[in-house]
Amino acid sequence: MNRHAAFWVLLLGLAWVGSTLIPHGNPGGFDLTSFGRLPVLADGRIKPMDTIARTALLMLQGHQRLAAPDGRAVAPEEWLLDVFFRPDTADTDRIFRIDNPDVLSLFGLGAGDSAGQVRFSFVQLQSGLAELERQAELAAPVEAATRTAFQRAVVELREHVDYYSRLKYGLQTPDGPAAGRSGFEAMEKFSPLRAVPPSAASVRPDDWRSVGQSQLASLSTGATDPTVVFYAALGRAWRAAQPGDFNALVAAERAGLAERFASAARRCSFEAYFNQVEPFYTSLVLYVAAFLLAVISWLKWPVELGRAAFRLMALAFLLATAGIIARMWLEGRPPVTNLYSSALFIGWGAVGLCLVLERIGRNGVASSAGSLIGFGTLVIAHNLSLSGDTLEMMRAVLDSNFWLSTHVVTVTTGYASTFLAGFLAIIYILRGVLTRTLDRATADSLAHMVYGIVCFATLFSFVGTVLGGIWADQSWGRFWGWDPKENGALIIVLWNAVILHCRWGGLVKQRGLMCLAVFGNVVTAWSWFGTNMLGIGLHSYGFTNAAFEGLLAFVALQLAIIGLAAIPRARWRSAAAKI
Amino acid sequence: MAPDRPHPLLCFTSLRLTVALLLLSIVLVFAATLDQVHLGVWGVQEKYFRSLFVFANVPGTTFLFPVFPGGYLLGGALIVNLVAAHFYRFRLSWKKSGIWLTHIGLILLLVGEGLSGILQEDNQMRIDVGQTRRYSESFRDTELAVIEITHPDYDQVVSIPSALLTEGASIQHPGLPFIVKPAAYYPNASLQMRMQVPNAPPSLATPGEGDDIVATPIPVTTKPDESNWPTGYVELVGPEGSLGIVLVSTLLQQPEAFAYQGRTWLLSLRAKRDYLPFSITLEKFTHDIYPGTDIPRDFASTIRLRSDDGRDDREVRIFMNNPLRFAGRAFYQAGYANNDRTTVLQVVRNPSWRIPYLSCALILLGLVLQFGLHLFGFFRRRLAAPARVPAHAPAPP
Repeated sequence: MNRHAAFWVLLLGLAWVGSTLIPHGNPGGFDLTSFGRLPVLADGRIKPMDTIARTALLMLQGHQRLAAPDGRAVAPEEWLLDVFFRPDTADTDRIFRIDNPDVLSLFGLGAGDSAGQVRFSFVQLQSGLAELERQAELAAPVEAATRTAFQRAVVELREHVDYYSRLKYGLQTPDGPAAGRSGFEAMEKFSPLRAVPPSAASVRPDDWRSVGQSQLASLSTGATDPTVVFYAALGRAWRAAQPGDFNALVAAERAGLAERFASAARRCSFEAYFNQVEPFYTSLVLYVAAFLLAVISWLKWPVELGRAAFRLMALAFLLATAGIIARMWLEGRPPVTNLYSSALFIGWGAVGLCLVLERIGRNGVASSAGSLIGFGTLVIAHNLSLSGDTLEMMRAVLDSNFWLSTHVVTVTTGYASTFLAGFLAIIYILRGVLTRTLDRATADSLAHMVYGIVCFATLFSFVGTVLGGIWADQSWGRFWGWDPKENGALIIVLWNAVILHCRWGGLVKQRGLMCLAVFGNVVTAWSWFGTNMLGIGLHSYGFTNAAFEGLLAFVALQLAIIGLAAIPRARWRSAAAKI
Repeated sequence: MAPDRPHPLLCFTSLRLTVALLLLSIVLVFAATLDQVHLGVWGVQEKYFRSLFVFANVPGTTFLFPVFPGGYLLGGALIVNLVAAHFYRFRLSWKKSGIWLTHIGLILLLVGEGLSGILQEDNQMRIDVGQTRRYSESFRDTELAVIEITHPDYDQVVSIPSALLTEGASIQHPGLPFIVKPAAYYPNASLQMRMQVPNAPPSLATPGEGDDIVATPIPVTTKPDESNWPTGYVELVGPEGSLGIVLVSTLLQQPEAFAYQGRTWLLSLRAKRDYLPFSITLEKFTHDIYPGTDIPRDFASTIRLRSDDGRDDREVRIFMNNPLRFAGRAFYQAGYANNDRTTVLQVVRNPSWRIPYLSCALILLGLVLQFGLHLFGFFRRRLAAPARVPAHAPAPP
């Protein structure tokens, strides 16, 4: 193997990362990028059109990429412009993801109607919308936790159709630009967007208005807001396929906004760029590559591949760091504010610890564990992002940067390190039982790592839990209330204490320590996700929920691995190494 | 003590016992978390944590038997185990200082949680804008207030905790010329006018004392967004015999009045009150949401606090994460009602609230010391050892 293999792998990785950083061009002549950076107020914050488009597509169809009926790739901004200004065209885009066959039958559709796909267009759904509404009304009074799979699917699809329909009222009425009072009233009522910035020097987010509101006001004053005029002209240029006019309009509008709302405009431009770069997706791919290299390194070319894996993981880590910092800047908040960002941060923390461990151990073990956790948490984060904007506003009780940055960050670091100990233990068990690669030195090094990480995890999960108690005392008047999330955190602390006391008391040796650490994964997964599902999985027996099933599968897998470790040591394939 | 047979009391110092107790605690906490779906958070605390044993019914009967150690038992056993282990095994040394601190903090934490369970009182205050209140009300406990309104200048109140009503024993009080005798008590009930339910069973109440209302017992709810409405009938007994049976209910806006010997009383079943040595006036309540959403951004109550001794008369703003601490109580912004015209404050009185802070500081210090010493030792050994060859590196030629 080439001595410089690691260097070339890193260079390849860097080249690819570099290529994702280059802003996309505008193939059709329309300056979609600039349109995507226009600010608009939605869900309580000012964000770029690009985020509106991508969040909507993620929510409706599960990913950001869209193909037109003829197979051509459609940019998110292009789709959004169609929704605003050419709704007839947008209605034929297959954006509604429907997995439930019973829901499909509401519309007289089968899987065959979408050429093997699970996505359908508004036109395809139109005939069954009344029935969808009726079924959703029937399901609405049922408590969310006890709904059947069909009921949940129906309610969710109704929400999606509703959001799509409201989006069509975003800048104009769907049936054309010439709308009177009733049209404006409909726009005010339905539009989820406040696209018209306050006129004078006001910069308060509360003063942004929807196009409908602005137009209703103009009926009495007689003066139409320039932003409304701009969007009307933009719609004409888009419908008439006039890229020149379109680009000139967008450029002028952005110049005006940059003057009056410099900070918001800067943030929006950056956010749109951030959306396009998708740093977390890039680092997800890099983690997969690093994991494969690290695993292969145990079999062949340990030094070169081990180094290559380490460098790729470090690159992915840097990218994820940049992504997290970018989100913090956009939000003006500490790194963890919701479940989505907790997934990002748990992965980030675990990988960071692994980078340190790998520098000490240099045997590819921490690289593989780190890249696996990095990959897993990013997949979880992607799935969490399907429910809407991930930079959501904080409810009043959470609106405390001090506690978010102390309690939430520490407790999440505790989760990350408990997971890390568990994954290192899995590597120990799998390598020991299934391969001949676990020699004495590697085994001892792994045991040291697991023990050290468990100590670290005890410290952080305890401190994090306690800080949570103090926060609760400050905001609700009780230090400890035995609610599910608190109990979950307490169980993690107790479990780590069990591991440490078992080891100190000599109740377990290396193998036992590993089994206990693997069970730590179960405990942490319960605390992280299981407690949130308590309303769901336990209330209603026999119904399936993808996340709940995922959790069960994860727990089963951990138990299977513990079972594997129970095989007598003499039968392990690495038995010769006398571990 | 024979060297080959350890003293039986030594089992209290065993590390195995520690591990066993920790494992049992995990099971207890986990079971309590699952059971919250059925019992609600308060029910779970009583059943699992503030008890020596967790009891379960023999299936099909009401006979209870203990199935698992409860929070007090496990916590107490952990304290005994910790203290015993320290006295027997541990030596006071720099190396062990971290463990010492951690465990002292832990004992304090357990004691503090036990004390909170016993001492903490949770009340609430609902105040309309412009209104002044001098008392807080319990979330769960109720009392029967027997209010004499004969005098035009003042009322005289005798309050009887509902716990006494559930026991069913007669209550005699020097302030009352009659005995109060519980006739029936329902922890939760619904009320309807008798006209609307023609087939209802006859009322326990004597005519004119609430017999036009039908009280139907309903199951106790544990859902966080629902309330229980205790209701009952009390019989008033004078020396000459029964004076009448009166309906009392937390649902009744206008309590039933009762006249005897030319004096008049109101019988009101109401949330248990805690009178304060000061008054609170709600001057303003604000409730902000993020534009275009219904996500709350902030709630805040601006109140005027006036103490009876005249030393305090000031304006205070109570909002999320910023409670008012005064006279041994803490006031938190808990909610709002009535189209933002009413604020709901949570009032907590817990003399032991500082203990967790102290114990946490001790444990934090202890853990940092303990693991820090470990880490320090690890790096010192690493630096002292000759550079190690990577585990997989090929042997040098």
